[in-house]
Amino acid sequence: MKNIKLKKYHAPKYDEPLIMEMGVKGQRGIMIPQVDKEIENTVGTLEDLIPAKAQRKKAPALPEIDQYHTLMHYLRLSQMTLGMETGIDIGEGTCTMKYSPKVNEELVRSPQMTDVHPLQPEKTLQGILEIAYDLRNYLKAISGMDEFSLQTGGGAHATYINACVTRKYFQDRGELGTRNEVITTQFTHPCNAATPSTAGFKVIILPHKNGYPDLDGLKSIVSERTAAIHMTNPEDTGLYNPLVAEFTKVVHDAGGLCFYDQANANGIMGVARAREAGFDACHFNLHKTFSSPHGCEGPAAGAYGCTEALAAYLPVPVVTRLSDAYHLDFDRPKSIGKVRSFFGNLPAVLRAYAWIRSMGPKGIKTAAEISILNNQYLEHLLSQIDGISYPYAEGKPRFEQIRYSMEKLKEETGFGSHEIQNRIVDFGIQSYWLSHHPYVVPEPFTPEPCETYSKEDIEYWATAIEQACKEARETPEVIESAPHNQAIHQIKDFSQAEDADRWAITWRAYKKKYKK
Amino acid sequence: MKTKIGLIVNPVAGMGGRVGLKGSDGKKIHKMALTLGAIPVSPERTCEALNVLSGIQNKIELFTYPGEMGQDEAILCGLSPIVIGSIRKGKTTPEDTKKAARDLEKAGVDLLVFTGGDGTARNVYDAVSERLTVIGIPGGVKIHSGVYAANPVKAARLVMDFVASPGKIALQTAEVMDIDEELVRHDKVSAKLYGYMKVPYERGLNQSSKAGSNPRDEVFQDEIASDVIHNMEPDIIYLVSAGTTTKAVMDKLKVESTLLGIDALKNKQLISANLNELEILELFAREPETPFKIIITAIGRQGFIFGRGNQQLSPSVIRRVGKENVILIATINKILSLNEEPFLVDTGDPELDKELEGYIRVTTGFGKQHIYKVSA
Repeated sequence: MKNIKLKKYHAPKYDEPLIMEMGVKGQRGIMIPQVDKEIENTVGTLEDLIPAKAQRKKAPALPEIDQYHTLMHYLRLSQMTLGMETGIDIGEGTCTMKYSPKVNEELVRSPQMTDVHPLQPEKTLQGILEIAYDLRNYLKAISGMDEFSLQTGGGAHATYINACVTRKYFQDRGELGTRNEVITTQFTHPCNAATPSTAGFKVIILPHKNGYPDLDGLKSIVSERTAAIHMTNPEDTGLYNPLVAEFTKVVHDAGGLCFYDQANANGIMGVARAREAGFDACHFNLHKTFSSPHGCEGPAAGAYGCTEALAAYLPVPVVTRLSDAYHLDFDRPKSIGKVRSFFGNLPAVLRAYAWIRSMGPKGIKTAAEISILNNQYLEHLLSQIDGISYPYAEGKPRFEQIRYSMEKLKEETGFGSHEIQNRIVDFGIQSYWLSHHPYVVPEPFTPEPCETYSKEDIEYWATAIEQACKEARETPEVIESAPHNQAIHQIKDFSQAEDADRWAITWRAYKKKYKK
Repeated sequence: MKTKIGLIVNPVAGMGGRVGLKGSDGKKIHKMALTLGAIPVSPERTCEALNVLSGIQNKIELFTYPGEMGQDEAILCGLSPIVIGSIRKGKTTPEDTKKAARDLEKAGVDLLVFTGGDGTARNVYDAVSERLTVIGIPGGVKIHSGVYAANPVKAARLVMDFVASPGKIALQTAEVMDIDEELVRHDKVSAKLYGYMKVPYERGLNQSSKAGSNPRDEVFQDEIASDVIHNMEPDIIYLVSAGTTTKAVMDKLKVESTLLGIDALKNKQLISANLNELEILELFAREPETPFKIIITAIGRQGFIFGRGNQQLSPSVIRRVGKENVILIATINKILSLNEEPFLVDTGDPELDKELEGYIRVTTGFGKQHIYKVSA
């Protein structure tokens, strides 16, 4: 490994109170102007406008605090938790953390966007509807699907929509009574088991054979009870299932539908399409693959696409175009209905639109290729570290991420992926993601070096892992008590997490349980 | 406060294997093994584990039995054990293992570590039942019991995890199995299920052991039981086999169950308990028109679903009920403990075993099944 110097880092630590404990009576962040008399005379008073039942009798017990101290409080918290764009977050595998261009933030904060109101008449919303309509076209081209809905608020939500579409489709055909099983695979995101279950299906999980989903296992269970398969590709192991078209054929032959969870699309966008693999439906995470910021750093959006055969069931409204004008089509009698308020998460839609427009078809394919190249370079570096390995399909290339194992390190030093995770945050980088549950790969960790990371970022990250693994052997006391440079040190006693009597997720619960 | 660890070494475990005797239980065999030049492997295995544990000796108080039953190994590895009890050097018997387990329990150990094989696990189980948390260091010839870690180092790691968070580490019940060594020597395998002991999870399925809220087996078992009960049909007789997962079904129905036996249910009521093969066949004869179903679980680590611990479900019983009427239930922990090895069947009827091969649905939660391979 290259000789990289790890940065001296120390997180700032502020002994911050809870926001609910802050402020002084009478302090205000914003002084809201009184309503102009003329306006009041025309539309009525505020009290007139808000239905009596919705009016509070007593002001809510919110902290009374000025803008400056509110901002200071939250900035401090963000510094203590490494905030955004301050550390290399390669470690957050399966999350597709990439750098999202700031120019797109300017777009979503522009008045053209922030002043749009969903209750405006359709003819005054033509701009944003055009953007949604065009984005839908781009996603159709990238996936090969015939129609898209941009309504859902995230990937698991889109997966749930597929379960609902599947339900409605078979209900229409009078087959729902029999077709009540949805199949998924061991290394597909667990929401693909959870969401069909929520929609009332029984769930069957396929085993894997040497890291790949077991085709013979699938053949053994498809029947007239099969409603659908929910699968991803490449899976969280980073392995691309080359037999995917056979999987969809087996399910189709049994009369079922095929859904492609494309949360892991970063290494295949512009390269391989859901359509050609035989899928009837798929989704994309606009907040990951298409560079709208992910997770707590920005609200999510799952774009759900399907073939013509399922299009009638899409949630409403669908953006359509008729005689040069864009419309919100609510008149879809077979639709599964509304799944989210108004039109979905439009800032994420706008960012994805802007990103795709700036990248172009070639740029998107190049991004996928670089993400794979980055992953292979990281693999090259991590493979040199004693104690780290990754299971299955030896010699087969991985795509954009890999689920590694620290089992050997754990066996030899007593320190596994959790202890190393505690240490690497001392080097000014984000903690890493281990694995979805259950941990099929022992002592797992799953880095994903997306296309926006530089060679130096990858080297720095691998060096941090190498250093922590070295310490596990040479100075175990450093690992045992890590982290040392973080705002919060190692928490030894997690018993409160298992004790419902001590949970305090809300201020009200906190007061009840601790301020008696 | 230091964690009190008890250590028992069965000094003669593992002698038979290398001389091809399939076990070392019984005085005669033990003698035969010595004549054949057998060297006990359990001291060596114990030291492999203790060498790892010497790194945390300031955090533990090690209690053990004299001489070759633990004291020798501990001292060899640089530990300073507190030695209790007495033995006749070179002439220890299973009784010594039992006595040691009882004495260590009285000494108030938090965790009991023992080296040996299935026979040793049985002796420990006889002495302390499910009262103590245990970890087995594999040192015997034949290991069928799930109470043993995969290897001595892994056993030591489990002890370290236990010491790091005493009272908080997630536990599971694991089988104490033993085969009749006399029959094995005549090339017949018949493993019996003797009971269950509490052991820490060998592999973390999530961050749980550190981050709390570990989905323990009981939670999954409860979910599985709900599924089984939800899908129970009227007027069918369910033969419920041995195991803690199947017991959860009985517990949820609030019926008495035989942990190691076969019970029969009809309309969610117990109709007969602890049936042997003959009694099951008689039940078939009395109920010629009634459809039957079998509810079974898998043996941890080994993966046997028929032929170990449930021999009452003989080939004729399985054939009468029908392969399609077998309901297999198991927690995801148990499936993962097989390390991707298939479920096994060994009914004694090779033809039936062949028929049972292939893929099977395993109920792992409410409305949730895993598909898993079965091999003969």
